[in-house]
Amino acid sequence: MNTVDLLFYFFATLSVGGGLLMVISRHPVSAAMFMIISLVSVAALFVLLESFFLAILQVLVYAGAVMVLFLFIIMLLDVGPEGGKVSRVKMLSGLASCLSVGILVILLLQFSGIGDASLSNWKAIQSTESVTGDSLVFSTSLKNFGYGLFTKYMLPLQVAGFLLLAAMVGVIVLSKKSTPDLDA
Amino acid sequence: MFDFEMLFMIGLKVLFALLMIGAVMTMAGYSVLAERKVSAWMQGRVGPNRTVLPLVGYVPFAGKFLKGMGMFQPLADGLKFLFKEEIIPGHVNKFYYNLAPIVALVPALTTMTVLPFGEFFADNGESFPLMLANLEVGILFILAVSSLGVYGIVLAGWSSNSKYPFLGGIRSSAQMISYELAMGLSLLPIFLWVSEPGTGAMGLSLVDIVDSQKQSPWLLLVQPLSALIFLIALFAETNRLPFDMPESETDLVGGFHTEYGGFKFGIFFVAEYAHIVVGSAIFTIVFLGGWHFMPWMSDPWPATWIGSLIGVGWFLAKTIFLIFFFIWIRWTLPRFRYDQVMNLGWTKLLPLALINLIFYVCLVTWLDQPPA
Amino acid sequence: MAKTVVLQRKPLSLSERTYLPQIVTGLKTTFSNMFKGKVTLQYPEEKPNIPKNYRGIPTLVKDPNGREKCVSCQLCEFVCPPKAIRITPGAVPESEDDREHVEKAPQEFEINMLRCIYCGYCQEVCPEEAIYLQDEYSLSGYSRDEMINKKEKLYELGGTLPDQHYKWDKKKNAEDEGNDH
Ligand code: SF4
Ligand code: SF4
Repeated sequence: MNTVDLLFYFFATLSVGGGLLMVISRHPVSAAMFMIISLVSVAALFVLLESFFLAILQVLVYAGAVMVLFLFIIMLLDVGPEGGKVSRVKMLSGLASCLSVGILVILLLQFSGIGDASLSNWKAIQSTESVTGDSLVFSTSLKNFGYGLFTKYMLPLQVAGFLLLAAMVGVIVLSKKSTPDLDA
Repeated sequence: MFDFEMLFMIGLKVLFALLMIGAVMTMAGYSVLAERKVSAWMQGRVGPNRTVLPLVGYVPFAGKFLKGMGMFQPLADGLKFLFKEEIIPGHVNKFYYNLAPIVALVPALTTMTVLPFGEFFADNGESFPLMLANLEVGILFILAVSSLGVYGIVLAGWSSNSKYPFLGGIRSSAQMISYELAMGLSLLPIFLWVSEPGTGAMGLSLVDIVDSQKQSPWLLLVQPLSALIFLIALFAETNRLPFDMPESETDLVGGFHTEYGGFKFGIFFVAEYAHIVVGSAIFTIVFLGGWHFMPWMSDPWPATWIGSLIGVGWFLAKTIFLIFFFIWIRWTLPRFRYDQVMNLGWTKLLPLALINLIFYVCLVTWLDQPPA
Repeated sequence: MAKTVVLQRKPLSLSERTYLPQIVTGLKTTFSNMFKGKVTLQYPEEKPNIPKNYRGIPTLVKDPNGREKCVSCQLCEFVCPPKAIRITPGAVPESEDDREHVEKAPQEFEINMLRCIYCGYCQEVCPEEAIYLQDEYSLSGYSRDEMINKKEKLYELGGTLPDQHYKWDKKKNAEDEGNDH
């Protein structure tokens, strides 16, 4: 076992443990902090894969912006340790956990090669070809990311962007209640 | 498992890192002094001028200067913070209360790892940038890590469990998120411009940006609007006046650090100034040509170790001027109101940054057209 | 009736709305201020000019003959708003035989400088012009007791007032001329 392996196990434990503690911890702020730890250690895992760009985006977007908003909301609403103890929510969260455990099990089965869908059968990972025909070298350089995103994955990118736009418009419509007497 | 050479390399890196931290912390300490001195001069006062070590007054020539300028004030301030009684109010959330100053300081010190501050000329004429880690995505790294700095403030505000710090924390997080966007957008045109075919630069590396300004105009002259937006966002991100919402003394007592005292307050204080130092260095690198002499001119110093020393000195001079500029602005402008800050960020700066980006996208595309 | 004219504010021009030219002007002002003269007084070495009618710490004064002027009437004690003065009335010391048994003198006179508000009422009320607020303003001590000025201290601080009343000389002259008071 060399240094990189050691680091991998360290950060992997940290990310999984952080995730677990996030679910378990009573206090929302603690939960948010554990989630940040988990996210940052995932970023560290990306660094170990020498994918600096992804690592930095992980920190920038999730730890730096999304989680700040989470904390912001938690603090503004001043959710105490008893927040979220509503029975209706419980059913929903049960459903969600069932779903995610299911996905986890399926993925584990896939990667461990049980069943005929083992990792080597995944065409997508083996070769990535751009629309222009020449195959994209699977590398972590910034240029490759950009090139891949705007050639082969153009449609998914646009669709994702459109989805985000729709979400944004939805939020604005929901949160901006029009008061008729003010409008008049 | 570990060979000796690797250990040596690690040791060297650690040494360099410690040196760099020492340098930045010293600069932070002395920018506190500079702040007090400059504010004093601008208000017709003389500022701190009494702290002196024994015997220093007798040093010929420099002695009087050292005495009158209060050169040892940062030392006295630091010692004062160290020896003050540490009071932890009873109503705070102890764990996060103690954690917050550390969370505030670490990002400020981490960003400096990717800051190039000069170049080293090898014997065979090649030059290497002087920095701890040459990351391909250096600027993104800085943005990412400095965005983590807001946690220190938010946690401090929340864990203090009292009104004023809480308001400070809330304001700070809102402000940082708003201005991060404009900051990022203002940097995009820079990279578009630098990555123009023919200049050789491709990534988001800070070294490439500095090298693109060698013997060519500084990016400040090429993209004044980006520079302006970046500067304003920098002021907001470092919580400096006119954007010091998180700690506006007049309406929030001390803001997020109201409940802090002694050494923990000192850490917040130093972290803030470290942010300013690093921010000034980034602005120097991106817009003021880093260690290169003047726009359109080649470096007048020789490509030897003397040259690299002068280069580092020149870089420091620019950085120090920017720190002075930060201070200068602070003692000139009044504070914005909170809603004005938000308004400026979202409805003025962000659209402006977008327009700027689109303009340069068009310009670069037009310039890039292959000759027909 | 005066006619009210509503002044129409001029709309800000584009350059004014960016604030930038104004900021530059402000920066120029502060920058030029850096090189103007300093107004700082290096305090313990340099002292400010104290005007004549300054109200510093209250002290007791003697007349040019070196006599105590205070007759222990306790008016100042009564008038003092924060009750800073405490007087123990006593007799004139035996050495001053010309006025012994004629007037009183303070046996003890204390002014608590932690209470005194430098209002100057004591000076104003004193019928004998015996208590004066002087130009001394910086006083400090290591304990509360030290901050209570005793009689000796008060006379030491007060010194002699070169007034020309010579009350006791006049009194004596009058007595000599057979005109008792
Ligand atoms: S100055 Fe005023 S407060 Fe002070 S002793 Fe005289 S009467 Fe009292
Ligand atoms: S100082 Fe003046 S007012 Fe006070 S007791 Fe003496 S004579 Fe009376």
